[in-house]
Amino acid sequence: MTRSTFVYVTYIRTTPEKLWSALTDAEFMKQYWFGVHGESAWTAGSPWKTVSPSGQVLDAGEIVEADPPRRLVIRWQNQFKPELKAEGDSLCAMDIERSGTAVKLSITHTIERAPSKLIEAVSGGWPKVLSNLKSLLETGCAVLQDPYPN
Amino acid sequence: MTERRDTDLLFKALADPSRRKLLDLLHKHDGRNLNDLCEHLDMTRQGVTQHLAVLQEANLVAAVWRGREKLHFLNPVPLQVIYERWIAKFEKPRLKALGDLKRRLEKRHD
Repeated sequence: MTRSTFVYVTYIRTTPEKLWSALTDAEFMKQYWFGVHGESAWTAGSPWKTVSPSGQVLDAGEIVEADPPRRLVIRWQNQFKPELKAEGDSLCAMDIERSGTAVKLSITHTIERAPSKLIEAVSGGWPKVLSNLKSLLETGCAVLQDPYPN
Repeated sequence: MTERRDTDLLFKALADPSRRKLLDLLHKHDGRNLNDLCEHLDMTRQGVTQHLAVLQEANLVAAVWRGREKLHFLNPVPLQVIYERWIAKFEKPRLKALGDLKRRLEKRHD
């Protein structure tokens, strides 16, 4: 196997439009992503980056596909850890589909190498981010304010 | 789907040793097909398929088609929700100390 992938799925009681906006609005993103936000025009071919609360660029790349409110694909390279940056580009696909009264969000993150430190690193963070996103959209508040609470 | 039903499905899915073993197998090596998973369980193919269906319904396993192959991925998001709702809330340093003690005492009998 020369590929590393993870697939994370969450069902959120919201609309595809609200979920799309939650994934692309910088101020909203900070509320569930522990202060991190994304910067992009969110159209195919646009540059994309994630920025920490202190202004450091964490990841950078390009929007490969943008089909609001259904599918967003990002070419994603880590920028702040040399060993992760060295692994090069990964692809992160976010798919949104209606499922009964909820919306199914699937995140598929893939890199053409195995094992991958990048996939290991990002896979640890996503469950917390997605759990916060679900809670924020459904109840109006995020559960975790700090990714590593005491 | 109500929140109550989500939680019921989740705990029901976890309340079976074979299904917990399937989660462990996927944790060790994610993205496996049915044949691969069957090799590690002393169970009929139909049995494994049924357990996977319960795990998928609880959203603990996500299935992805790659060509004609169905791959199963561990989805830890509901476990994070359980952690926040049912563990972190009740967690106290004293409980941790008790857990450490239990682990240390039981280790001696391994």
